[in-house]
Parts: sequence; C-alpha cells; structure tokens
Amino acid sequence: TCQHVSSLDLKNLCFVHLSRFLLFFSLQTFEKLLIANRGEIACRVIKTCKKMGIKTVAIHSDVDANAVHVKMADEAVCVGPAPTSKSYLNMDAIMEVIKKTRAQAVHPGYGFLSENKEFARRLASEGVTFIGPDTHAIQAMGDKIESKLLAKNAKVNTIPGFDGVVKDADEAVRIAREIGYPVMIKASAGGGGKGMRIAWDDEETREGFRFSSQEAASSFGDDRLLIEKFIDNPRHIEIQVLADKHGNALWLNERECSIQRRNQKVVEEAPSTFLDPETRRAMGEQAVALAKAVKYSSAGTVEFLVDSSKNFYFLEMNTRLQVEHPVTECITGLDLVQEMIRVAKGYPLRHKQADIPINGWAVECRVYAEDPYKSFGLPSIGKLSQYQEPLHVPSVRVDSGIQQGSDISIYYDPMISKLITYGSNRAEALKRMEEALDNYVIRGVAHNISLLREVIIHPRFVQGDISTKFLPEVYPDGFKGHKLTDLERRELLATAASLYVAEQLRSQRFLGTPRIPIAKSKQSSWELSVRLGDGIYPVAVSKDGSSFSPCLVSQQVEVDGMKLNVTSEWNLASPLLSVTIDGTQRTIQRLSRNASGDTSIQFLGTVYKLQILTKVAAELSKYMPEKAAEDTSSILRSPMPGAVVAVSVKPGDMVSEGQEICVIEAMKMQNSMIAAKTGKVKAVHCKAGDTVGEGDLLVELE
Amino acid sequence: SRKKNKRIYFDEYDMFVEHRCSDFGMDSSKNKYPGDSVVTGRGRINGRLAYVFSQDFTVFGGSLSGAHAQKICKVMDQAAMVGAPVIGLNDSGGARIQEGVESLAGYADIFLDTSYLFITGPDVVKSVTNEDVTQEQLGGAKTHTSVSGVAHRAFENDIDALLNLREFFNYLPLSNRDPAPVRECHDPSDRLVPELDMLVPIESTKAYDMLDIIHSIADEREFFEIMPSYARNIVVGFARMNGRTVGIVGNQPKVASGCLDINSSVKGARFVRFCDAFNIPLITFVDVPGFLPGTAQEYGGIIRHGAKLLFAFAEATVPKITIITRKAYGGAYDVMSSKHLRGDANYAWPTAEVAVMGAKGAVQIIFRGKEADAEAEYVDKFANPFPAAMRGFVDDIIQPSTTRVRICHDLDVLASKTQSSPWKKHANIPL
Repeated sequence: TCQHVSSLDLKNLCFVHLSRFLLFFSLQTFEKLLIANRGEIACRVIKTCKKMGIKTVAIHSDVDANAVHVKMADEAVCVGPAPTSKSYLNMDAIMEVIKKTRAQAVHPGYGFLSENKEFARRLASEGVTFIGPDTHAIQAMGDKIESKLLAKNAKVNTIPGFDGVVKDADEAVRIAREIGYPVMIKASAGGGGKGMRIAWDDEETREGFRFSSQEAASSFGDDRLLIEKFIDNPRHIEIQVLADKHGNALWLNERECSIQRRNQKVVEEAPSTFLDPETRRAMGEQAVALAKAVKYSSAGTVEFLVDSSKNFYFLEMNTRLQVEHPVTECITGLDLVQEMIRVAKGYPLRHKQADIPINGWAVECRVYAEDPYKSFGLPSIGKLSQYQEPLHVPSVRVDSGIQQGSDISIYYDPMISKLITYGSNRAEALKRMEEALDNYVIRGVAHNISLLREVIIHPRFVQGDISTKFLPEVYPDGFKGHKLTDLERRELLATAASLYVAEQLRSQRFLGTPRIPIAKSKQSSWELSVRLGDGIYPVAVSKDGSSFSPCLVSQQVEVDGMKLNVTSEWNLASPLLSVTIDGTQRTIQRLSRNASGDTSIQFLGTVYKLQILTKVAAELSKYMPEKAAEDTSSILRSPMPGAVVAVSVKPGDMVSEGQEICVIEAMKMQNSMIAAKTGKVKAVHCKAGDTVGEGDLLVELE
Repeated sequence: SRKKNKRIYFDEYDMFVEHRCSDFGMDSSKNKYPGDSVVTGRGRINGRLAYVFSQDFTVFGGSLSGAHAQKICKVMDQAAMVGAPVIGLNDSGGARIQEGVESLAGYADIFLDTSYLFITGPDVVKSVTNEDVTQEQLGGAKTHTSVSGVAHRAFENDIDALLNLREFFNYLPLSNRDPAPVRECHDPSDRLVPELDMLVPIESTKAYDMLDIIHSIADEREFFEIMPSYARNIVVGFARMNGRTVGIVGNQPKVASGCLDINSSVKGARFVRFCDAFNIPLITFVDVPGFLPGTAQEYGGIIRHGAKLLFAFAEATVPKITIITRKAYGGAYDVMSSKHLRGDANYAWPTAEVAVMGAKGAVQIIFRGKEADAEAEYVDKFANPFPAAMRGFVDDIIQPSTTRVRICHDLDVLASKTQSSPWKKHANIPL
C-alpha cells in the first residue's frame, strides 16, 4: 500500500474518486470523530473522514447553524452563541458534545483549541484521542524559552545572540565577531525595534555600543544590552514534519511563506525558489531532530527565518495542522489529515524519507473578505450575494467553508477560502493562479483578489526575490490596485464600450410581434465618452457580428489609429465574461451597471469604476449643475464594519488634528479613528458598544 | 433638443405655433417665439414609439399658454389614438393652469436639489399659516420622494433622469392594449438560487432584506424600484422573469418589520393597479406581521386605506403569483395577494407561518398568560405552512432555491390567462 500512497496525485487529493482507495485504507481507525473547529478547515477534515469511512460530528455556534461544515458533517451540535469564547473555545460545552455523541477522537483544526494543552489533557482524561501531538510537546513548543532551549540541545540553528552587561566597546566587538556580522544592537529593556542599531563591521559595532549603552542607561536605567544576529531581508520558510508514536519522523519539504501583511501570511508556495537541495535537507533534518527531541507525533511545522546567504534559524514550532498545508499535499501527494488520524490511532508512518517527492509546484493564495486598499486589508462583512469558485480552471483546489448566500460576520476570521493551484513548474502554477483569480466570483463583500493578483505577477515575486518585507517595500504608500499600462487602459476602455453597446443592442431585442412594429435600428457605429478615473476618453465603436471594433478617438485629432477588435459571446447574465481583445483572451467581471451609465468592471483583478455615456449625453453633461462635494475633513465615518470600543470626545470638545476620537474594533483588531483637522466637536453619533457599518457617520466637527 | 439628427430621429410637431396673447406687452415682435414654451413630437426609444412634450423654461419660464396647452393636447390625442405612451418633461413656472392637462404616463420625475413642486410656494404658506419653510423642505426632491409620495423617483439631473426613463420605458407595454413586453434574456429560466435556502433567519424576529430575494430571483439581478424612499416597509418595482416584465410587491422585514400601514398600503395599491392596467403580471413576496396598530393609524383610516390594497389585488386580472417567505399573519395575510383574492399560484417556503397572529400574542389572548406550554403548542400547530397547504390556501410548499424556476414556468402557462369581472361602469375602490 505504501507505493499507492506516494503515487497519490493531486486529483485524488481533490477528493474526486477516492472511494476506490477506501478499500486500501479502511484500516480500523475511529468510528466517529468530532471536529472542534469551523469554516474551511472543518470542511477539509470532514472530507478526509468521509473518504476514510469515519462518521463526523460538527460543532457550531448559533449563527453558524446553516454553515457548510454543519451541512457536511453527519451530526452537528450547537455549542453556544456567536462569540468564540462562548462556542468554539467553550471546552465544557465541547466535552459535553463529545460525551453525548460518543465521538472517539477530536480533530482541532488550527486556531481555537488546537494548541491548548488543557484541552488535550481533558480529552486524554476522558479517553478521547486528540488528533495532534501529546500535551508534553504542545507545552514545550508553546513556550518561547523552552522551545529555544530544546532546539539548541537538538542542534537546531537558533538566532545567536548575547543578552547582558557588556563591559566596553572591545567586548561588544568580540561578541559581534563571535555571532558573525551583521548584528543588531539594542538596549535589552527597549521594546520591539526601538533604538535598534544594525552593525555590519567592527566600527559600526563600537558606535552602536556607544549609543545603545547610553540609551540603556539614560532611558531605561538598565545597563543590559542585546546583541543578536541581524537577519537581513528574512524569508519565512517552514518545514512540514510528520511523526508517529514509534519514534519515526519525516520532513515533507518546505513551504515559502514570506509574503505577509501584519505578520499574517497571504501567499504561500511549495517548494521555495530559494532553497537548494543541501539547505533543504539540512533544514529538514534539523526539523526532524527537533520533532524527535520532543517525542513529537502527528503533523507539525518548524518555522525558520532564512537570511540572504541561506543561513537559517529556528523561530518556533507549530504543533498543529497549518493553514497552508495544501501546498505540501500537492507536491508530496500525501493527505496530511489522513496521516494525522492514522498516527493518532497509533499506526506507524507508512513512508520512508526517500519516498517523499517534490512533484511540481503549488501556490496558495488566501482569499479574504477584506479591503486591500486599507492597510493591505481591513475586514469587510456582509452576505456573499454571488459566489462561484474557479473550479473549471484545471489543477485548482479551493478549500472553503462558505457558499453563495453565506454571511461573513464580525465574529470570525474573514477568510473566504484558500485558493491553490498546481503545475509541473512554478510558471505554470502561477499562470493558473492568475486565471483562477480572474475566474473567481465573489460579490457582496470586499475581497483581496486584486492584491493577490498583483503580488503573483510582480516581477520581484516572479523572480523569487521576496522577503517578509515584500508588501511594505513594493507598496510603500499602500496598495492602490493594478496600475494600467497604456495598452491595458485601451483594452479596458474598448471592452467597457463594447459591453455597453452589446447591452444597448440587447435592449432593442423584444420577442413576439408587437401591435406597433419596432423600428429596426440600422445603427452600426456609436460615439461614446468613457470616464475612467480622472480621464474622459472618446471611444468610437463599430459592430461586426459579435465582435466590436472600438477605436479610441483622441481629443485633438479626429481619429487615432488605435483600433482594437473585441470579441465575446456577450452573455449579459453571466458573472464571468470571456473577452478576446486583439487575440488576447481576458476574463472580466462586470460587477454592476445602472441606467446612469455607471459601470464597474473587474479587469486584471482590480475593480475599475467607469461612466459610459453617448457623446451627446456627455456633451450636455457640461450644462448640469455641479454637486458640492462633501467636506470630508469635518466628518468622521467608519472605514469598516465593527463595534465601537471607546469614544473619547463629546460635543463641544476641542480636538486637534491627529487626536484620537474613537476606537473601532473589527475582527479582534482595534483601529484608532483620528481627527482629520483641528476643530470643535459638533455632534457624536456613536457610543461605546454600538455596532457600526462601513461608512456610518461617527463624529462631526464644526 | 430641437436639433435635427438623422440617427436620433425625433419628429417635432407645431414648430411654427406662437402664443396668441397680446396683453401686458406680450404682442411685440420680440416676444414671439416659434413653438412657444413647449417642444412636442414623437420618436423612438429602443425602436419603440413614444410621444413626448418638454416644457422649455427658456421661453417665458415654461409657462402654460393657450398655444402651449394646445400643442400638448395634440400629441396626447394622437398618442391615445395609436395607443402609444406620452412622456412629459415638466419645467414650468406653471402660471396659468387652464386646460386640465394631465400626462398619461403617470410617473413623475424630479431632480435632486434643483426641482421643486408645490401647490403654493413658501411665501404664500408664510402669509396664510405663518409657517417658515424653504422651497426644498416644502416641495423638494427629498420631500416628494420620501415624505409626500408625490414623486416616484429622484435623479441627479436631467440627463440622469432621461437615461433612467429610457430604462424604465423598456419595462412597459406601449399601451393597455399590449401585453407586457418580453425582452431577450440571457439568464436561464431554470437557474436555481441556492442562497435562498438559508436566507430567511431561523429566529422569526430577525430581519432580512427583501431586496436580496428580489435581486437573486429576477433576471440578471435587475430591479427597477418605484418609490424606493417612501413607505419603505413595502417594496414595489419592475423586474423581468425570463425576459417578461413583471411587477414585484414585497413586504420589507428590514423596515418596521414589514408591517402594513397607511402609506405602504396606498403605495402598494397604486402599484398593483398600475400593473393590472398595463397587463403586467404580479409577483408578491409575503412576510407581513400584520397591520400597524395604534391610534395614529386608526384615526388616519387604516381600514379604508388597507382596503385599497385588498381591493387592488382582488380586482387585478393579470397573472398573480404569491410566495410566502415567512410571516403571513391575520388580515394582512389576506391582503397580500392571497388565494382568497384570486391568486393564480400561491406558494409557501418551509419557513412560512400562516396564522391569525404570532404565537406569543395569540396565547396571551386565548389564555391570558396562564398557560405556559400553550405557546409551543401554537407554534407547532400554526408556525408552519402545513395547515394552509392542507386547506389549499397555498398550492405547494416549495424549496426556496426553486422559486425562480417555478415562477418562470407559471408565467409561461399563465400568459394565456383570461379572467373577467362582472360588468360595471367602473370599479369602486374605497378612495
């Protein structure tokens, strides 16, 4: 059977025709398993349970009663109200459900109780199997200091450093040389990156010592200094390990997770472009050594920081299934959840290290319900009015726990899905990702497709030149969406204009024979005026069957040579529109249109707002009265939906520019709302405890 | 607007007509304008015939003279003769209203910020009632679309209004002699709408947006709402089902729990009668907890106004399809296009509750709060669609996701529906 497993391909992992394999693997494991989680990971675990013939029990909060994981499971029990502390973290209620349903094992997924040693202990005391490592490993790896010590003893590279009183500059240099340049010097008492100095040689070390020791003494009254190896442009690369209860452990290659925002991963891939076989093996062996040192069993992840010269340093070990595990499954052919369940039952691993391949390349994008234009992603909530996964694109796997009509609520993680594409090489996987992102229909909430698509086509990403600072480095002024090239702008204008004409033509097509005959229009060309951003572009469209030849007319010259040919079926009801523009196929989405000519189109991942008018209407628009724009500096609106935590002003107060006015919490993130100008508070429209929607008026200044 | 353009063909009438008044300095040659203060004529919108008159504010403030009125009457007479609509663009100081002109197409457009409509202006109001009011407050767009219900939609400006008018025009038949138009449709009539299966919240006190249901069921999610800002506890407007225009009426649980009150009853009744007059099938989504109680409503004549909606649904002979999504309580249930008002197809979702009232209120009245278990019993008995289905008050209990398919099939069958009411000079709606 071992051979069969290693040859499991992606298709099988996508759970297509696994019933055949059922016979091979229906080794006695558990009859019934409870999943102490929600969303995509609960669904993911249930899928594997189904193929293994294990009955499943889902738990849910009251607002999740209609959730996909509840429908997929054989049984579902409500464990409490929406807040996680009262439902998914409610150990008493969950233990009760386990007893009632007689589940023999619990898969914790990730987050929630997955690394909670108390939960694991309670399960053990009830004789219920926890699908994960034992409490000792959870505890040891959950403690920052203990895990580092364990790693050091297991000969795992840790970030070298010194923390204590440094006598003089010479001693600082000696320590720095021991560690190896570059080093980071700062006062031990200083938090975070405050007062941190980087030294690349002895001279800089002396200087750094002088500044830091002065600061340590004057600011903190504490002489201790921290001298640590400085990791420049660090990458976040992690090794998946899998261990059994018999002392066997494997490393399942690495995952590159450097693209992050606010320490949260956004794009992951396996393998990494950066590792050579030697580094990979070295990292893998150290990860396995650590796993063995803590007598680890189940799947786990050893995270490393890797510097530009491929030195790697242990960061921490996650004693659970990771969000990004699918990329490892794609390239190795293993079903990690299945292996976890087998190992938990006490079976030995069925693979040898030599059996673990790297087949092809896999990329994962985390699709979130959030607005990437606000600090790379502020949560958005709402109902998914339309939702269609791009499963028609080849070699795509979508792990999701929602469906059309689902609510994205403020209570839980706003992740919509994990979109994984696979290819025989990286270029192929990325190409498919581009296509999959374009074909992903998500309506009703804001989403980060635009950011994901920009990342995966960015030259630095394509070359593999990435680090954890990628996003702030590439978008120092924040993410602003795709920047259209001249050609792309023409393509967008031509497509929008053609779509407008297709719509106009359709509105003349009535069925039946009316009493007053409809005058057939002989119009075959249209002169339009399209507003996009700050520009207004004259576009002339002429029609030939299903294809249009929109031609951009420049304002000075009557006709500009730029003519494009736009062909499509023009199915105006389909959320996805496949358009061929001068031979280039593009999938676009028209998100909205109205009679006033406003149209929004998702093109190359980014949503563009256009207004399309006939030339006549556009010319007459000049005579229309201008609407006075709202003065946004004197009003404060909520940038996202959430709860008001605190309001620090009352009417009549004077506030200065930049002063905090109130705090909004959304998805466990507190956001400070500040005054845009100095002035007197005219009215306060919210109070602590209120729930506010995006754009709601919070405070008005005079 | 008078510029001749070969492609946009507009045939103007009475370009040479001038006003005949010679009093008060109106006779000098400078004061003669060919065509006077209105432009009239006919043209095509998406190939379909329409007559139009547009008052011209640049000539004597668009004021109504004898010649002006005569021009309008001429296009109206001709339109009535051939059975085509008249579109009126009003922009007039309105000094001399003499000839009892009224527009056939009854939907008034009004522009935000720049348009005012009132019987007497702020100055007269001040002198008669000593009330201080601005033009905007008295008769601005916001007043008429949200408070008075005089205007049905407000738009940014003239161009925006005309563009929306073209869109609206496409939903309507040319006259009451024509069936509802069927436009080419790309949205499959057998499309399932899975999200509807979980749209209605489990707690019957929780609100949801009726517009979500309407958008998801209609062709291409398009819904042209009428009076969106007035009596928002009822939603009315036009959509298409498999290309065919339908009128949609729905209680809006998001606003005042979707109850019926005076304003919403009148808004609904007017819309139902419009659809019936122009052969537009009616689709009604019901989630109504009842009529709004209280002295304000009773003194205002809720019985009389509620009866208008009942009357309108009862007398309508167009195809009538009703879907009960949740609550259908008491008299309000009857009013909302029930089987008892000659509904053609009446469906209930599994979440439907057809009952005299909510369980809590019913038990309080029956047992005066002495029976604790009775509420659960009442819920068991009536908070589901079965009692109504067993009596044939609903034809079927359907899976919400199949609602679009069912409606499209029914409309196909009902296209040939004929139904007549006993002869009368005209119906006697309780005005």
